[in-house]
Amino acid sequence: MATSVDNPTGMSYRRTEFSRIVDNGFKWLTTIFAMGVGVTLMAIAFQVGLQAIPSIQKFGLGFLFTARWNPVEDIYGAWTQIYGTLITSFLALLLAVPVGVGVAIILSEDFLPPRVQKPLVFMVELLAAIPSVIYGLWGIFILAPFLQGPMNWLYQNFKWIPLFSTPPTGRGIYIASIVLAIMILPIIAAISRDSLVGVSPDLRQAAYGLGATRWETLFQVIIPTAISGIIGGVMLALGRAMGETMAVTMLIGNSSNPSPSLFAQGSTISALLANQFAEASGLQVASLMYAALILFGLTLLVNVLAELLVRRVEIKKI
Amino acid sequence: MVSLLKVKHWAFSASVVALAAGIASCAPSAPPTAPGAGTASPAAGTGSGSTITINGAGATAPNPLYQRWFADYNKVDPAVQISYQSVGSGAGVKQFLEQTVDFGASDDPLKDADRAKYPQARGAGPIQVPSTGIFVVLAYNLDGIDNLKLSRESYCGIVDGSVKTWNDAKLVKDNPGVTLPDVPITFTHRSDGSGTTAVFTKHIEKACPNWKAGSGKSVEWPVGTGAKGNEGVTAAIQQTPGAIGYTEFSNAKEATLKMATLQNKAGEFITPSPDAAAKALDGAKPDANLAVSVPDPEGKEAYPIVSLTYLLLYEQYPDAAKGETLKKVVNWALKDGKTAATELGYIPLPDEIVTQVASKLDTIKVAAK
Repeated sequence: MATSVDNPTGMSYRRTEFSRIVDNGFKWLTTIFAMGVGVTLMAIAFQVGLQAIPSIQKFGLGFLFTARWNPVEDIYGAWTQIYGTLITSFLALLLAVPVGVGVAIILSEDFLPPRVQKPLVFMVELLAAIPSVIYGLWGIFILAPFLQGPMNWLYQNFKWIPLFSTPPTGRGIYIASIVLAIMILPIIAAISRDSLVGVSPDLRQAAYGLGATRWETLFQVIIPTAISGIIGGVMLALGRAMGETMAVTMLIGNSSNPSPSLFAQGSTISALLANQFAEASGLQVASLMYAALILFGLTLLVNVLAELLVRRVEIKKI
Repeated sequence: MVSLLKVKHWAFSASVVALAAGIASCAPSAPPTAPGAGTASPAAGTGSGSTITINGAGATAPNPLYQRWFADYNKVDPAVQISYQSVGSGAGVKQFLEQTVDFGASDDPLKDADRAKYPQARGAGPIQVPSTGIFVVLAYNLDGIDNLKLSRESYCGIVDGSVKTWNDAKLVKDNPGVTLPDVPITFTHRSDGSGTTAVFTKHIEKACPNWKAGSGKSVEWPVGTGAKGNEGVTAAIQQTPGAIGYTEFSNAKEATLKMATLQNKAGEFITPSPDAAAKALDGAKPDANLAVSVPDPEGKEAYPIVSLTYLLLYEQYPDAAKGETLKKVVNWALKDGKTAATELGYIPLPDEIVTQVASKLDTIKVAAK
């Protein structure tokens, strides 16, 4: 790496000593920054892991599959939280991906006049800038009462389906998932739009030139070309959904009793941490750290999967 | 390709940063506390000046009262400025033991394990004194029903999940002549660790034979929705028809929630009020550390869910003036601050406990060593 800056070819241009120092200095500075990110990550993982040790020793892998959170007797298991993290993120994606990609398509094609399109793009990006506590409050005070009627109807008519088997109360997995979907929508829309816009105009021209319709161009040329960027955006959104704390804590109902029903109260790992850390002590802290470590692991897994998925899609494309 | 690469890296680092931030924000808020916390231990020379600044941290339940007391005291003696951070009892005890504050506050008396960690440099042991009484009510949201009565059987059933709807036979029996709706009961509890939960569950543990979750700042609730903080519980109750949850009286009063009349140990139905709650402390016998425990008061007119909250002081202050001032402030608060306590919905301490507190405060060594 370091040798590449030297000028072995002895080309005709001459560099002053000063510019060499600046170049090297810049290189080292940015290397240190980059390393700093890595070191911080490692340090966090190490510290979290270290503090989780008492809990790991006591509960082992059973921690992942036990639904107990009992600080009185010091018995912990994060199954409800792990399930809650996964189900809310999954449902949020299920709702947000079609809408987000749809928004990206309409905002990247020339269906709309620029006068309408530009403000819309801006508004979608603005959605990402709203603090999560606002989403939480909005969920509590506006969305929950608004959804109460339709959800009650679902419960009354479909309670034989386990997913709807408990009465909706305004706090629960369903509402946390819906608010999460709205929160991650701008990420998916903005990044998908960027990658759709980034598709080379040559491809589009070529497709039209070959007589493809707009549909064909869009679905057989543009979207497949941009797919890796879209998947990247979806995975980024998934990361956000899994780590989101404030809004979920306010909406999910924070119960450690597992239930198959979407109307039931649940919990997520981040909500658990936000709720319990301040007053925790001893094994409870260790167990919270263990849960944090699991969240760390889940995030890592998502990123690795994203990487693999993108690679696979790219190979297929070629 | 460039944008793809950017996205992937962005995705990874963003999620890591989010996680890191999440963990950081959850950490027991030890360092970022009182702005002038550093003055607590080393800077002993400040007392000579005109202003005395005192920092405290701890329990959230008595926070409104403490703020009022310290603001009022500042009017009595403008040279004394006390700032109090309501960081929670656990954090308060921790900061007290780490000497980053001048006094701590906790809803629970100090545990023996905590006492063992008391810093030697600050004398033989902590000075723990009760400051005020708090009482916990069951607030509910039922249209048109303003005076709900709950027998012990009923509220025990609500918290353990055996009573599920408002027209349950037990509730109907408690409230003759009232038409209770066929609406599911949504029990709301605190999801964060809280002194209020400790007070409530201590009572439930004593009063309810079927209660298995024990008592503490956070317990494994068999049913219900968890909401974070007093404001979370309040919002959940206000918004959800059929909700019932526990919160401190002062809080329920401020939010104008409807409060249930509860049956006490003697079998009487008692409407929550500072007077009825004060009855629970009548004849209470503090132990050697001035801790008073009345999980289920016996008195006929006593409101059942009552507890004391405590201030934690050091036996020795490096700055003698601080110790002296704190002593004065606490004595003032317990005597002259009584009206403020009643106004805000807290229970002023009975006179005999106030006397005991005064003599305990005299053990603070004001001469600097």
